[in-house]
This record gives sequence, C-alpha cells and structure tokens, in this order.
Amino acid sequence: MKESIIVKILRYQPEKDQKPHWQTYRLDVPADSTILDILNEIHWNHDGTLAYRRSCRSAICGSCAMKVNGQNVLACETPMHKFRGNRLKIEPLPGFPIIKDLVVDMDGFFDKLQRVKPYMVVDKPIPDKEFLQSPEEFSRIRESAYCILCGACTSSCPSLWANENYLGPAALLKAYRFIFDSRDDGTDERLDIINDRNGLWRCHTIFNCMEACPKHIDITGCISRLKNRVVDNSL
Amino acid sequence: MKPEEARSVHQIDAVVVGAGLAGLRAALELARNGIEVAVLTKVYPTRSHSGAAQGGIAAALANVAEDSLELHMFDTIKGSDYLGDQNVIELFVQEARKTVYDFEHMGVPFSRTEDGRINQRPFGGHSSPRACFSADITGHVLLHTLYEQCVRHRVHFYNEFQVVSLVIEDHVSRGVVAWDIRHGGLHLFHAKAVLLATGGYGRAFKITSNAHANTGDSLSLILEAGLPLEDMEFVQFHPTGLYKHGILLSEAARGEGGYLLNGKGDRFMATYAKEKMELAPRDLVSRAEQTEINEGRGVDGKDYVCLDLRHLGREKIMDRLPQVWELALNYLKVDAIEAPVPIQPTAHYSMGGIPANIHTEVIFNASGDVVAGLYTAGEASCLSLHGANRLGTNSLQDAATFGRLAGGRMADFIRQAGFSSLPANPLDRARDRIGHLISGGNGRERHALIREELQQNMTRHAGVFRNAEGLKQLLQTVRELQERYRNVRIDDVNHPFNLDLMEALEVGHLLNFSEVIVEGALVRTESRGAHFRTDYPKRNDQNWLAHTLAWKTDSGVHLNHDKTVVIYMDRFPPQERKY
Repeated sequence: MKESIIVKILRYQPEKDQKPHWQTYRLDVPADSTILDILNEIHWNHDGTLAYRRSCRSAICGSCAMKVNGQNVLACETPMHKFRGNRLKIEPLPGFPIIKDLVVDMDGFFDKLQRVKPYMVVDKPIPDKEFLQSPEEFSRIRESAYCILCGACTSSCPSLWANENYLGPAALLKAYRFIFDSRDDGTDERLDIINDRNGLWRCHTIFNCMEACPKHIDITGCISRLKNRVVDNSL
Repeated sequence: MKPEEARSVHQIDAVVVGAGLAGLRAALELARNGIEVAVLTKVYPTRSHSGAAQGGIAAALANVAEDSLELHMFDTIKGSDYLGDQNVIELFVQEARKTVYDFEHMGVPFSRTEDGRINQRPFGGHSSPRACFSADITGHVLLHTLYEQCVRHRVHFYNEFQVVSLVIEDHVSRGVVAWDIRHGGLHLFHAKAVLLATGGYGRAFKITSNAHANTGDSLSLILEAGLPLEDMEFVQFHPTGLYKHGILLSEAARGEGGYLLNGKGDRFMATYAKEKMELAPRDLVSRAEQTEINEGRGVDGKDYVCLDLRHLGREKIMDRLPQVWELALNYLKVDAIEAPVPIQPTAHYSMGGIPANIHTEVIFNASGDVVAGLYTAGEASCLSLHGANRLGTNSLQDAATFGRLAGGRMADFIRQAGFSSLPANPLDRARDRIGHLISGGNGRERHALIREELQQNMTRHAGVFRNAEGLKQLLQTVRELQERYRNVRIDDVNHPFNLDLMEALEVGHLLNFSEVIVEGALVRTESRGAHFRTDYPKRNDQNWLAHTLAWKTDSGVHLNHDKTVVIYMDRFPPQERKY
C-alpha cells in the first residue's frame, strides 16, 4: 500500500550554493517506509544529486543520524509513521559543519573522543588467559559499550552549542566506559582530563542527549556518576 | 595520466583496504611491529559491517563446558561440507584462543560467567558452547575496541576513500588508486604490501543482511587485474533475516533456545535435523525454511516462517538478546516477548573470495603461485577456511585471526622488500572509469534500476535453491545488465561527496563478480553446503571435491577446478553430513 508524502530536505551543494536551502519532493512510498527508504527512493529514482551517509540499515553502524521533524534520529530505524501528517522535514545533524546536503563533518567529533584516551590502559601483568571480571563489574560498563558514535547526542547538547570546546556527551560516555571498567589502570589520568574546564562540569543535566540517543543510553546518568567519581577522588 | 597528476601521491610501507575486523586487526599488528600503515575505508572505521555481527566469536576456551581444538576443527570441517582446507582449519582453531584472549586484554567487554571468565553460548553446528559473546553486540564491541587500539598505535586512517583500481604488474602488487569521497579526486598509494579486506558481496542479492557498503569491490578489482576468484558460488543464506528487510536477527536467538515455527505452529526442524533441531548449520536450516515456504507451510501461506522467543521470558530476552528484540519491534512492530517474529532466509556471507594460501598471500593459479606483496583476509578472502558453508561465530574469528596473521606476515615481507616501481600511467584506469561515469556521453540508464534488477534475479535464481534452467536465464540477465551498464549516466557531476558516483562504481562491481557466481553455480553439478542444485541434489565427491577458480576473459568466465582440497584422510575423511 502506497501513501503520498511531502518531504522537505535541507540541501547544500558546496560547488554552487552560498548557503543551505530547502527543496521539496512529492512522492508515493510504501506505508511502512523508513526515513532511509525515502531518501533512497529520492536518490535512486528521482534525484541522484542528493547526498547522505548510510550503511548497515540496522541501527548499529551509526552512519545515518540526522534531524527529522525536529528530532535527532537514525534514518534507517525510524518509520515515517513516527511522524504524523505525511510531511517530513529532514536536515543534517545540527552543530556540525555541513559538507554536502545531509553529510556533516564528524572529524571534530572523533578528535574529541581521542582526548579522553579512549582505550584500555593496563599496567599490571597480562595473564595467560583472560582478566577476571565479575558479571556485576561487566554490567557497569555494558550500557556505555552500546554507543555507536552516531553523534546524535553531541549534536543535541545546548552546552556544546554554547562552547564548541566542550568534550560533549559522547566523549564523556567513552571516558565512563573505561573509568568504570574494573580492568583499566588509566582512571586517574582520565579523571584529570574530564575534570578540565571544557570537561564534564559543562554538563548542566539538560537530558537532551538521552532523548536523542538511539540506543537509549542513560548518558546524563553516566556523566553524573563521573562527577561523583571526580569529587570522591579529590577528597 | 602521470602519477604527479593525482591530487596526492602517498608512499607508505603498508596499505590496508577495508576497516572491518580483518583490516583493523591487520593494521594493528603492522603498527605493533613498527610498520607505517594506511587504512583506506569507504566508511568511518566504526561503521564497518563487522559491527553488525551479533552472536559471538568462536574459540574452544572450554569456559562453560568441555571442549577441544580437535572438536572445533571437526565441527568446522563438517560444517564446510568437506570443502574447507584442513590445514587452514587446523591453524585457525590453534590460533583462535590467542585471538580472543588478546581481544580481552585490549579491553573488549565480554559477558562473563559467575566466576568472572568470558561467557560462552551454543551456536549452530558447534558441538560445544563455543561462542564468546558480549550480549548480542559482539561484533560491535570488537570493532570499536580495535579502532581504539589502532588510533592509539597511530595507524593512518583515510576515511571515506573508495579504492578504484589495483596497481599490479607482472604479478607484483605496487599499490592502489583511491577516490577521495569527501573532497573528490584520485589518490595514488604506492606501497610495499597491500591487504585486501573489503568484506563480503551480499549486496548482489535483493534480500540480504549486508550493509549498503558490502559490494565486494576488491573482488571485482581482482578480476579486472586478470586474477582469479575462488568458490564464488558458495553464498550463505542466514535462516533468520527479518521478513522483507533481510536484516539479521542473530543466531544467538536460537543459541539461547529460540524455536522456529511454520504456519501450523510446528517446530519443523524436527523433520530436517532431528538431533540438532534449530541449531543445525545455517545452510540446512535455510533450506528447511524455504522448503516449508515452498510447500505452503509458511505463515498464512506467505513466504515467511517465525522465530519464537516467547518461552525464554522477558528477562533472558532483554539480558541476552536486546538488539534482536529492538530490531523486531522497530522494523516489524513485533514485540518478541509477546509474539513470534516473521523471518526468511537472507543472503548473509560469502564463503568464496580472493584466493590465498595459508599465509594470506594472494595466489593466481591452482598451483599456488603468489602475487608478490598482495594479501587478503576476512570475508573478502578464500583461504579456504569455510569451504561450502561457514559456521556461525567462525567469521569474526576468521577475520580477527587471519587479519592478525596477515599483519605479521606483511611486516616480515616489508622489512626485507623495497618499493617496486610504478607503471608509467598508474591512474589511467581509475580516471577513465570515473570520467566515463561523470560525463556519461549519451547514456540514459540509471544504475539503481540495473542494480535492483540484478538483485531480484540473483535472489530468485541463485538463492537457497538453484537449478540449471534458472541459472542459465540468470546468466543471460546478468550479461544484458552488463551491456546496459555501459550506458549509465549519473545525475551528480560534481566531486565532493558524490554518492551517485560511489553507487555507480559499486553497481559495476556487483555485475562483474555476479557473473562469476552464476557461472560457478551452473557448472558445479552437485549440492554441497550452501550451494544446492535441485537438479543435482547429492554431494558428488568423485567429481566435485575441488575448489573453483574463475577468471574473467574477453569471451566470458573461464573456470578451472584443478585446485585440490587439503584433506587429512587419516583424521577427517569425508563422510555423509547429518545433524
């Protein structure tokens, strides 16, 4: 069963546009289409100049985060019927420089992750087999390990809009994933990094990141626990 | 075009094409050996499709039940329907444990046993719980951990670079040419050693679990370089693809105890694999599903059956299979705690690929002569570890183990090798191809329509069940589509982030190697592993216990079956395969 929809997309073609502008497409698409299905339909059958990122189609690669009718979502897992009225307004993730159409520059986002030393640091001797870790210890890092680095959280954070040097929720979540890992020996150094003036105290518990996260990670809760840890450590 | 006309020329010891598990693991090994390595990837490394692997990584750790290397080896050989090379399988199981412990030491968050060791779950075709896992996001955590370690070890990443030609002359690899997707423009990478690790080719099919990026680019480029591919007719169809979408629901769902039900509500696997039931190997389960559907026992007479998790209960589903639950809810609006989930077989894994010896060195004939400086690992490769059918959780292990071994081997080679000279015009082929697509001449064909026709016909005629008539028809279709492809014109004529150009190049690759899949399937008049011919339903060891090598020539596909299978007749002689 097909339905008629009106899709407005914020276009920006660097070689000819001074600034982004809206373009409207009218289409008939199957009623169970996702946002990505609709972009593919436009790109494949109507207008090959439209650019966007996508890969896995199953909400795990993190390529297709974008803003649809005011919300940051993954295009691949979001059915068009999440939004009423068969009218869609699709924009690139806010807060990132636009490269072309829905494609944004994520380099700064990945650079910030590097600032928190996003890898396990081990000083102790390496065992022949695995490091032991209890199921409870695993469960402390499990949720944070779900992060797919899509940028939806970081893009939605007002503190970051106000100060672009702020680490932002994704980088802090990455720090959390290692600081709370029972096997890691790099905690003190990481706590110093995030205790910086562009670090976790810029989080004002606005909860936008949690709302935006397609993996439903309690990012704000993780940042709060990081704050407690920093305070405990300084006592 | 001279090298200096490229936007940039890079000279670097090692180039890795692809940033999935195999590519990243190789890059890490090279970097740990102090070698300068560049990784070229079409997508950001954490977007690679290894991250979509859910259920686990196989290793006989024996953490939750008795297990042994011998048993892992036997299961893999039997799973391969005796087409896997047993020396490769032996090395694989020997190295598997080391690979997993190394991952753990890097920080991979594994699910744990009560006493704190890596937890393991059962998987299809494995006779012991051997799948080390992290809930149902195992590939995701392995991929992210590897990326973190690569960055730490200063691997050079060229993100959003699409390789468009291989520079090979006189059976010596000299580098690659890549298109910078973000800015446009060609780059020449002059390297001592190149690893091809671009993953699988599932995008040749309509119903597939594969990502948009899985278009088998390096396989097609190998054919263009006049080199062969191996065993391309063996394509695995995964039994639990989400109905209509093909998106993967992990085999862990059955490993944790999920049932498969037909339209009558029966656990139909009792008819096909009485002992292993739902945990029979994937080829067998997919055929069982397709048979139920073809014989009218699909749900409501339609082309799907169901995965039933209800009896596992909310707690287990949310603890062990949260991604499976969410995918069913988001895409089909089915709450797996309350209702069975519609599923169908989906093109999933490519057993075939770029032929290589046990050291991951690319070979170019049945006697095993190597292309100097060229390596391959992971799903793009064919060593042949998986033979005619791969067992679940052996793929992550394959990619990681042979990625690691490839990195070590390349490091040894690079230490004693110099840079081979470049040919006079290394960019010509890449520039001509891109120029043709962008200028397009008078062409009017849309690449998306050509791809859609290819995919539909491949799923229909080269799917779970095949026969001579369908394959012949398909071969005709593929050749017609190849002709039409010559007249493709793209809409987007600009350089920065030209998705239209990327996809047009990919469709060319799909058409190129699909012909090899179909020819291989047509000529192999037997049924083995994932290749099932309804007109030749029996395995035929007398005639077909051999690998296929396939070249593209001006007069079509040239096939050769002289490459023998390595079999330890005293230990694992071929037997009938029952589960």
